[in-house]
Amino acid sequence: MIPGVDQQVWCVAALLGTTLLAIAANRSNKSTTVVYGATLVISLIAFARALSFLVAHAEATEMVLPIGLPWLGSHFRLDALAAFFLAVVNLGGAAASLYGLGYGSHESAPHRVLPFFPAFLAGMNLVVLADDAFTFLLCWEFMSLASWALVMAHHREADNARAGYVYLVMASFGTLALLLAFGLLSGAGVGYGFAAIRSAPHAPSEAALVLALMLLGAGSKAGLVPLHVWLPLAHPAAPSHVSALMSGVMTKVAIYGFIRVVFDLLGPPGWSAGIVVLVLGGATAVMGILYALMENDIKRLLAYSTIENVGVIFASLGLALAFQANGLGLAAALAFTAALFHVLNHSFFKSLLFFGAGAVLTSTGERDMEKLGGLIHRMPLTSFAFLVGCVAISALPPFNGFVSEWLVFQAVLRSPDLPQWGLKIMVPAVGALLALAAALAAACFVKAFGVTFLGRARSPVAAAAGEVDRCSLAAMYGLAALCFLAGILPGLVIDGLAPVAQAIIGHRMPVQANDPWLSIVPIAESRSSYNGLLVFVFITAAASLAVYFIHRFASRAIRRGPAWGCGFADPTPAAQYSGASFAQPIRRVFGTLIFQAREHVDMPSPGDPRPARLTVDMHDLVWERLYTPLTKAVWFFADRLNQLQFLTIRRYLSLVFATLVTLLLVLAIWS
Amino acid sequence: MVVISDMLVQLGQMTLVLLLAPLLTGVVRKIKARLLRRKGPSVFQPYRDLLRLLRKEVVLAENASWLFRVTPYVTFAAIWVAAALVPTFATGLQFSWSADLIAIVALLGSARFFLALAGMDVGTSFGGIGSSREVMIAALAEPAMMLMVFCVALIAGSTQLSTVATFMASSQVGLRVSLGMAMIALIMVALAENARIPVDNPATHLELTMVHEAMILEYSGRHLAMIEFGAFLKLLLYISLIICVFFPWQITIVGAAPLSYVVSVGAYLFKLALAGFLLALFETATAKMRVFRVPEFLGAALMLGLLGTLLRFVSESF
Amino acid sequence: MPNLAFDIAHLLAGGLVLISFMMLYQDRLYALLNIFALHALVLALSVAWQAYVQNAPHLYVTAVIALVFKAIIIPVALHRIIKQLGIHRDIETAVGIGPTMLAGMGLVALSMVLMLRVTGAADPLAREDLAFALSVVLLGLLVMVTRRNAVSQVVGFMSLENGLVLAATGAKGMPLVVEISVAFSILIAFIVIGVFLFRIRERFDTVDIGALDEFRGERR
Repeated sequence: MIPGVDQQVWCVAALLGTTLLAIAANRSNKSTTVVYGATLVISLIAFARALSFLVAHAEATEMVLPIGLPWLGSHFRLDALAAFFLAVVNLGGAAASLYGLGYGSHESAPHRVLPFFPAFLAGMNLVVLADDAFTFLLCWEFMSLASWALVMAHHREADNARAGYVYLVMASFGTLALLLAFGLLSGAGVGYGFAAIRSAPHAPSEAALVLALMLLGAGSKAGLVPLHVWLPLAHPAAPSHVSALMSGVMTKVAIYGFIRVVFDLLGPPGWSAGIVVLVLGGATAVMGILYALMENDIKRLLAYSTIENVGVIFASLGLALAFQANGLGLAAALAFTAALFHVLNHSFFKSLLFFGAGAVLTSTGERDMEKLGGLIHRMPLTSFAFLVGCVAISALPPFNGFVSEWLVFQAVLRSPDLPQWGLKIMVPAVGALLALAAALAAACFVKAFGVTFLGRARSPVAAAAGEVDRCSLAAMYGLAALCFLAGILPGLVIDGLAPVAQAIIGHRMPVQANDPWLSIVPIAESRSSYNGLLVFVFITAAASLAVYFIHRFASRAIRRGPAWGCGFADPTPAAQYSGASFAQPIRRVFGTLIFQAREHVDMPSPGDPRPARLTVDMHDLVWERLYTPLTKAVWFFADRLNQLQFLTIRRYLSLVFATLVTLLLVLAIWS
Repeated sequence: MVVISDMLVQLGQMTLVLLLAPLLTGVVRKIKARLLRRKGPSVFQPYRDLLRLLRKEVVLAENASWLFRVTPYVTFAAIWVAAALVPTFATGLQFSWSADLIAIVALLGSARFFLALAGMDVGTSFGGIGSSREVMIAALAEPAMMLMVFCVALIAGSTQLSTVATFMASSQVGLRVSLGMAMIALIMVALAENARIPVDNPATHLELTMVHEAMILEYSGRHLAMIEFGAFLKLLLYISLIICVFFPWQITIVGAAPLSYVVSVGAYLFKLALAGFLLALFETATAKMRVFRVPEFLGAALMLGLLGTLLRFVSESF
Repeated sequence: MPNLAFDIAHLLAGGLVLISFMMLYQDRLYALLNIFALHALVLALSVAWQAYVQNAPHLYVTAVIALVFKAIIIPVALHRIIKQLGIHRDIETAVGIGPTMLAGMGLVALSMVLMLRVTGAADPLAREDLAFALSVVLLGLLVMVTRRNAVSQVVGFMSLENGLVLAATGAKGMPLVVEISVAFSILIAFIVIGVFLFRIRERFDTVDIGALDEFRGERR
């Protein structure tokens, strides 16, 4: 059976059917199992079909459904790019469904989650499949609304209401930008079909405008700074498996939209576009991870870290744009493959980490890291999976996060070939930013794991925590295994991505499957190569050797004793290093500039029994400098317009009359 | 034939770094002591320390988890693998292509990641303070290191250390101010990464001033031995890296006569001793800086790397 | 080796930029003066090398002027001024060192991009010298802008002038007359600033130029 678009559309139809089923079986006890079971099966099928499409290097297939606008219908198309993102979406969906099978049973209001979950999955699938502007926007909006409904599942918490509100505003804004972008693309008789847009010529000014609008529209969904504000509010508000989907998968759908329009439909814009995307990406990466480091709510920390990863992906895409604009096809393919690889990796480990956070939430009811600690003893399995996610996301070998970061750096190292001076100088600078972001990410996840799982329990709930159910664990371990496999066998992934790069960039990276020992060689072996498998084997062998020698020839005795506390016996768990104190050195270095952080010490004089206090003032400058003035302006104008409601009839009439006369005047002057 | 010689070189290298690492630290300590007009312990003292630690029992904190017990081996293994991949006396390492310079830096990052976690495992404030400062220093050192790598890769056209060493050993390099800057940047990063003066003091046990030592305060016995050994290896690794990239003279290129291996091992030992002397001299002459001066120090390294890259672009454009 | 001439010129000019950065990093007055002397020394070497390469003997005079005046007399004189006035030896910076260095990097990048693009047709040595010279000038200005202390502003000004000399020598030499006049103007500027230092000090009991602002009723 040749994998084609019709099968994917059938899968989407099945997902929508599951939604209907969930609505029908609203209050039934079994509905949780049935719905998640159904989505699991459907997602797995869709994933398998998308994967076989990629592996078979199949031709693109299209179909038209007679729904939507009557004279247009809805166009769907499955090509390599769509197949890759479908694979990401459905793998994430399958993992979330598996996790939901266990996690969903703790849900207080399942009827607020179950109908929207398959709908959300269907929406993401549809966006990737859409092949005309109208269908794309409609599906995009559908996806946004479904996810919004999931964010609002626990709407009685005050924070969630605000999160939902901010999300709704930002999503509408993003869709508006997309609408304008597609309006420009398909304006002047080009038509709404992607095929027509692709073949039509685009003026440079128009291309620049479309790029800016896509950065606003897709960027706000993906979480580019400064459009990221909704993300740390909305992602944690949803149930954890939905958070995983929103962070790990929906941001990728936004990146798909960006790639589809900028790389595919628009044709490669000039190198200056590359520099804009590159710098935005680099800045987003560093800002995102700095925000994450300052955070003590574990789910919000993960959401901020998503922003960092999106920054890395965008920086890599910017590199690809810059190389492509200068005709350096191989380098562009390298940067583009690195971006896609990171998309895949991030969907693995971010889902895994959100599942872990969800498991902690189920078993302790706490998201605040300052109230957790010592969970490695109470939840050993969860903590191991979470540790794998932390190592992977910190870009450490031999896991997958390192491979994509390494590929990005290899692409950065190609920058001397670029002819433009601005790019030549900016690319290494952004490379340094990415290195900074990677190192800060490692710091951030030392904090996340160290404060949550290590040390001693900081609250009674943490001390009484227990392991979570098998389905949740299965989902986590599945993803952890994928992180590991993609890390030690990166050549397979790169070869799998080759048709996508070939279709979008026109070039591909060299075939990796033939390299000896499964190593990866982006350009030439004398230049650089990396072998995750060997590195892993070496580390294991060296560690086993050390263990063997020591246990054979040295002492094996162990004695347990209390920890050294400078002479104080049994200090309280509150004396441990907390999340805030862990971040203090980094806050001192970067915070004064970026967060306007100020520390105030209130030290009582000797003899005064008051406790000493240290307070830290931090400001989210993006919010205060950009959004607060914006909201104020909106309120100001709304207030002014509000007065229109309280006029006499005569005044209303004169208003209408004045408007009419003005319009006529404009018409007279215009023509 | 080449495969066999490469394999031999690889194995020789792995044993050589393992054997030499404690000696290097011993030499540095001895020279420092002599410079301070002290007699100082024998240069073989680090070996004795390791053996003594191995024979002692381990005292574990009550709530130490499995992570705490696994970490010493993981960090040791990661550092050893990294050290085995930096060409010391010959470029023909059988497995040098399995990780380039970036991957070696990341391997050291893995080791540090686990060590920082272990610092937080027991749940005292010392471990936490050490871990948090260590990751801060690492976060600042990494971009500087990347720019250094970038600068070197620009000149040598590769991040593969064997290729870099071969290129640098050839005569086509010329005088490069960028290389000098990259070297200073790498030395600064190496000082920070190895917890040497002026960034950290390897000899202090005053809680508030230490970074690395605070992080491993709870370790004892064979675990401590592994961690100490890892630290020795790391110092050797960074010095070998500096030698390999900037002073690869007399390094044996693949396919040379067997005798040249002897010469290059000798040359390597000489360079190592010289570097150890310079390190001891530098450490004696400077004072440790406050923790929050470290960002400026590493910022300067970052600037040097970036400046070197820029200057390289200029001279390359003709 | 034909490229040796270029390599050494590159080394010296690059060294000059690096020393300008060391000035930005330094926060002690005496150390700053020593670095300035080093700056002048490297400049003298660079000019002398240019004289050798271009076979232009009058440039040797420039080199000697740079060496004697800037590397020896002026630093020594400033040392004595500091000692006499008992100026506080920490330099107060208006902006932190990190951001200043970042800004310096940006300026160097800017001058490279600008000079290499503008002087496309010129001889590579001159092009490169011009690019480095502009960086040195801009960094000198940056030192002046970011320091509160008058002595360090003088040093910034002098390093700026060093950049001008570098530019002039790189562009196939300049007439000795101009040279001498430049040297004199610098001397005069130095005297003027020296006198000013004394005057400021007499009047306000500090050489922090912030005192001037306060005197004029402006806040910092």
